[in-house]
Amino acid sequence: MAAIFQGVGAAAALSSSLSNSFDSKKFVSSPCRPFSVRKGASFAVVRSDGRVNLNPKGRRAQQLISNAVATKSDSAAASSSSKPGHELLLFEALQEGLEEEMERDIRVCVMGEDVGHYGGSYKVTKGLAKKFGDLRVLDTPIAENSFTGMGIGAAMTGLRPVVEGMNMGFLLLAFNQISNNCGMLHYTSGGQFTIPIVIRGPGGVGRQLGAEHSQRLESYFQSIPGIQMVACSTPYNAKGLMKAAIRSENPVILFEHVLLYNLKERIPDEDYICNLEEAEMVRPGEHVTILTYSRMRYHVMQAAKTLVNKGYDPEVIDIRSLKPFDLYTIGNSVKKTHRVLIVEECMRTGGIGASLIAAITENFNDYLDAPIMCLSSQDVPTPYAGTLEEVTVVQPAQIVTAVEQLCQ
Amino acid sequence: MALSHLGASASRSSSLLKPLSSALSLRRPISGDNSPLTVETSVPFTSHQCEAPSRSVETNPKELLTFFRDMALMRRMEIAADSLYKAKLIRGFCHLYDGQEAVAVGMEAAITKKDCIITAYRDHCTFVSRGGTLLEVFAELMGRQAGCSKGKGGSMHFYKKDSNFYGGHGIVGAQVPLGCGLAFAQKYSKDETVTFALYGDGAANQGQLFEALNISALWDLPAILVCENNHYGMGTAEWRAAKSPAYYKRGDYVPGLKVDGMDALAVKQACKFAKEHALKNGPIILEMDTYRYHGHSMSDPGSTYRTRDEISGVRQERDPIERIRKLILSHDLATEKELKDVEKEVRKEVDDAIAQAKESPMPEPSELFTNVYAKGLGVESFGADRKEVRATLP
Repeated sequence: MAAIFQGVGAAAALSSSLSNSFDSKKFVSSPCRPFSVRKGASFAVVRSDGRVNLNPKGRRAQQLISNAVATKSDSAAASSSSKPGHELLLFEALQEGLEEEMERDIRVCVMGEDVGHYGGSYKVTKGLAKKFGDLRVLDTPIAENSFTGMGIGAAMTGLRPVVEGMNMGFLLLAFNQISNNCGMLHYTSGGQFTIPIVIRGPGGVGRQLGAEHSQRLESYFQSIPGIQMVACSTPYNAKGLMKAAIRSENPVILFEHVLLYNLKERIPDEDYICNLEEAEMVRPGEHVTILTYSRMRYHVMQAAKTLVNKGYDPEVIDIRSLKPFDLYTIGNSVKKTHRVLIVEECMRTGGIGASLIAAITENFNDYLDAPIMCLSSQDVPTPYAGTLEEVTVVQPAQIVTAVEQLCQ
Repeated sequence: MALSHLGASASRSSSLLKPLSSALSLRRPISGDNSPLTVETSVPFTSHQCEAPSRSVETNPKELLTFFRDMALMRRMEIAADSLYKAKLIRGFCHLYDGQEAVAVGMEAAITKKDCIITAYRDHCTFVSRGGTLLEVFAELMGRQAGCSKGKGGSMHFYKKDSNFYGGHGIVGAQVPLGCGLAFAQKYSKDETVTFALYGDGAANQGQLFEALNISALWDLPAILVCENNHYGMGTAEWRAAKSPAYYKRGDYVPGLKVDGMDALAVKQACKFAKEHALKNGPIILEMDTYRYHGHSMSDPGSTYRTRDEISGVRQERDPIERIRKLILSHDLATEKELKDVEKEVRKEVDDAIAQAKESPMPEPSELFTNVYAKGLGVESFGADRKEVRATLP
């Protein structure tokens, strides 16, 4: 099961938490500080099939979950009952980021189906239409090709639209606009126009939504020159990436995941943004580098629990930036562990993992002790039946097996 | 003063139709002046869901002479581009606008540089009318550094941001939603300006056009959709591509106007009317009935789907430059020799620009990686170990 992390930013906490060794022997003896911190906090856990479980079994499980992630709150004096920051769900974090940017810059506007009066099909734009008016939060008809084109045209003049695809899969209808106009205009105009647009929406395999509503578009868009792609996975990085994407002069595609909208986390009160091109170190380790993004991060972390019990020390990196890859962070990790496992949700053929394998092999071949393993979804349309759907995506058990195989 | 209606006569002779008052008029110098002149358009406007503007167009000698010069320049430019293409200095796609100059010139006369224009790939003349120089045109066509897009765009990607010319687009019909987006931005910023989104009769059958029109009408955007109907979508005649070739009526709830696109003054009148309408009432469609003498592009001879008689017939009867020439001569605004001198001057200008463009160097290899991303938020792309900088994306 996937756990909610109460950390405030893995990258910043890296140095402080490295001192907290994640050696499995030390687990029981390490201070149970985090537990007292969580008094009063409802601890919701999202299972991989989407069910939400409150207060999962046992203190031990919670300890393991909390320590499986580099968190600042572990080392901070957590005895105070007033913790820094505020708690919210991922969709609220996105909304907060969006609202703050709209307040900060009058040129930011939102376009999409049902984003205004309805509040957004996943409530990411809830309340914004009332606050900012109909000209800044625009309900469009069901015409993805043209409203994405309109967003791009508006961006050419200097506005900063945030275009929402109700489901990422619908943006296939706007592929021409995204590829030719969004990605290429800065180049073909010789630098005259920048397109500071953000295209966002939920994608990924959900709860039996069917083949057409379970698409992973990152593999289709990754070749388009001129765009940046990021995938958020926690409330912290969701808000940070949303803000960074809006402030960026480049067109950014922000991939959210249907099943992650109800993740809860405590995030800082103050203004922060996450670097668009940086990967996130989720769990430092020594034996193997596991590269993942979006929902698979939680499957990996669940597998990490099992692996730690079995004596392995996986290093988990959430690559976040799907285009361009953060080869610096990834490279450093490969140089340390010499083994790479990629766990992704998109399909094997032509997916993000395929490109990542190529990039790592080209750059770090000398550092690899074993061939790179890549676990992806099956190359099939996502079936409706629950059991089949489960088999389509990578499950934690497969990740554990793969690591064992890799580390032989 | 009301002047005689200039009929679309086949006569190309220089015999002047002297209006009654000509005996009293004085010869004006070639530079012209601003004293008002009223001319009637060749054909009346046909309208859909709105009241057509009047056929009498206000103009002045200076404007007419400017029209003549600009159109002659564009004509010469396109013909020169034709020879350059055949000499293999221009490669790839080259779509020429000769025959349609009146649309570009008439539109420009009705608006300001704050209004936006966006068009498809037949954009050389629209770029020039928006203030682009001949050097930028030829250098870009030949892929040189001095081109308007630094040689990286080509024939189909001319842009001029400072005069609000948004290009220059290769994919048929994709520029119309972009144009409605421009209109949206104008409304958002409360600019009191409008956007002219040009497309062809071929693109008129694209779905995204109707989607964009729907949204523009819903949100009351100051968008003017201009269909440059040259009757052929590459090799397909309009009656073979469209069930209803009355493109000005296709907006249904959106008003439309059909204009003789070979008459620069009619175009000017229609664009002026459209601008006023769009600022008050939202989108409007203009259909410009025009014609292209060349084929769709340089690789299309243009004669397999239409007869040479048709082409020469239009050239004789409806050529936009000849129309203005007759108008000028009939009002004694200039002598025939003066007009011929203008044409010679224009020819020289074009030749000079070509020579200058040929001198311009090809882009540097490092230019391959510039302008892929805009600067900001850490776009330096390092090599794997951060020691070696692979590319600094500007």
